[in-house]
Amino acid sequence: MSIFIDRHTTLIVQGITGRDGGFHTKQMIEYGTRVVGGVTPGKGGQKFENAVPVFNTVHQAVEQTGANTSVIYVPPMYAADAIMEAADAGIKFIVAITEGVPVLDMTRVYPFVKEKGARLLGPNCPGLITPGESKVGIIPGRICTPGNIGVVSRSGTLTYEVVYQLTRAGMGQSTCVGIGGDPINGTNFIDCLAAFETDPNTKAVAMMGEIGGTDEQDAATFVKERMTKPVVGFIAGQTAPPGRRMGHAGAIISGSSGTAAEKIESFRAAGMGVAKRPIDFVELLKERM
Amino acid sequence: MNIHEYQAKDLLRAEGVPIPPGETATTPEQVEAIAKKIGGMVVVKAQVHTGGRGKAGGVKLAKTPAEAREIASRILGMKINGLTVYTVLVTAAADIASEAYVGIILDRATKKPVFMVSPAGGIDIEEVAAKTPDKILKLPIDTRYGLQPYQASELGFFLFDDVKKVRAAAKIMTQLYQAFMKNDASLAEINPLVVTTSGEVLALDAKISVDDNALDRHPELAALRDETAEAPSEVQARNANLTFIKLDGDVGCVVNGAGLAMATMDLVKYYGGEPANFLDIGGSSNPEKVVNALRIITADPSVKVILFNIFGGITRTDDVANGIVTATKANPLKIPIVIRLTGTNEEIAMKILQENGFSASSDMDQAVEKAVALAKGGKAA
Repeated sequence: MSIFIDRHTTLIVQGITGRDGGFHTKQMIEYGTRVVGGVTPGKGGQKFENAVPVFNTVHQAVEQTGANTSVIYVPPMYAADAIMEAADAGIKFIVAITEGVPVLDMTRVYPFVKEKGARLLGPNCPGLITPGESKVGIIPGRICTPGNIGVVSRSGTLTYEVVYQLTRAGMGQSTCVGIGGDPINGTNFIDCLAAFETDPNTKAVAMMGEIGGTDEQDAATFVKERMTKPVVGFIAGQTAPPGRRMGHAGAIISGSSGTAAEKIESFRAAGMGVAKRPIDFVELLKERM
Repeated sequence: MNIHEYQAKDLLRAEGVPIPPGETATTPEQVEAIAKKIGGMVVVKAQVHTGGRGKAGGVKLAKTPAEAREIASRILGMKINGLTVYTVLVTAAADIASEAYVGIILDRATKKPVFMVSPAGGIDIEEVAAKTPDKILKLPIDTRYGLQPYQASELGFFLFDDVKKVRAAAKIMTQLYQAFMKNDASLAEINPLVVTTSGEVLALDAKISVDDNALDRHPELAALRDETAEAPSEVQARNANLTFIKLDGDVGCVVNGAGLAMATMDLVKYYGGEPANFLDIGGSSNPEKVVNALRIITADPSVKVILFNIFGGITRTDDVANGIVTATKANPLKIPIVIRLTGTNEEIAMKILQENGFSASSDMDQAVEKAVALAKGGKAA
């Protein structure tokens, strides 16, 4: 078991013939993900790497392949449209990797996707991986190993760092999810925590947040009120100055709100383990399992 | 991206928001001439990207053109929160009867733009929200339908009782919303929105922040960027496609990925050091980026040691190693460098570095500890 994706996931890639889309499609296939099709308007009828059929529209791709999941690698100005197209075609799980999507676009996309009954992960996220079964996105497969730790994070490389430390310590992962660094995203910490709580294969959760917004504080409340499984948290940006966007569009302390101190305090108040360094996850999780 | 008050006012005027006339100037002489042209009382306002301009003495009333000139000579060149004033806005003064606050912010929780209005204007809205939350009306807007007339009217009635003023305010709400959407703003604020003694409703100050992600589709807004308001190193970094923020410490950090970059800064602090910067070289493999990153960091005289922390996923660590070798061959380093890299093509990267006289570690904590020790003038552990 796992959350959101597993060995039965059938995936289409929007932007499969692009530089990034093409590169990562090969990596996903190599990992074992069932990539059943791709979409690039105007390139319908071609075959990617002589194997994966390319379609002009997501509707066609879904009709012909029966895919249930889509991953999006299109440029930022086209990402909103691509997400809506996927939701409209009946895709139920949409993963938007694209970085730099205008935030106001997301204010239209989010309610649209929701009304279609679909789940969006991202944008500006590394995607997710269920080790040994399937990966959707760009998380390097070889740093992961199957196991019982659920991992959820707002960042890419920081997730890799923690997963790598866990793997080195012999602690495998059920699913690793990157929810992305944008201020408006489709899936938040609570969505992932709730899924991990009901996933029989997940025994504990490692959660990596960062400065900006209140998603981590809300997650802490959720942990306290609803979760039986142990959760260990980390917040990046303890040394970040206020008012500056730290790379991620959402990583910004506005006025006095969204600071690392405030988030760490909410973790403590919820009885969560607090990792001061990425390496601390290993011991803190071991103690609690 | 932040823009200046006068630029924000131009964007609002374009939608029809009533704003007293004004012009910008960079010399006291120009200020005097503009004041003469406007006639009557004027306000001279420092144009810098920071709050608290009034408190710092950057906003002053002048009764005559000569006084405006004299005031301008004091404001131009002054520093407000570390930023030098190069430009002032000279604008007609209004006879204020009351002040209100009107703003739209992009709200992460509701995932919508949210109107915030308050009859307690002219002061810090965060303070109002903390002390007297009942004096603020918050109204989320579904951008698929836009601000509806009944909503604009509801916002107006929260501010005023008099129907004429309510209508004037509602119209301004609609215009502000249009400016917010049209310019891909993440914040648009009129503070204060005033009622004059003759009953007119006017915007006296304006603030707009534009979503950086949207600048590609708004070249006209990108052109409003004032590079004199930023640290030169940050301008240089942006032009090289790097995300860089200067800080006060002495450990120069080069990292791939924003989350890991923040975590690296935090780890520097954890081991007793102070990070000199935030720098994300991004996900792509390009030795050129490393060369630019090193150039920007070594230009800062307070940096005592350089710390690389690279977790190769999409980023190929051999590309980073090649960048380090190229950059240091062209400009030999005068300060120590500590390299941590792991992930994609790690073995090749380590070999490249060793062949060129560098040592590298694959452990993040070890590397950070070593960099902190070197910055403190100690021997490497």
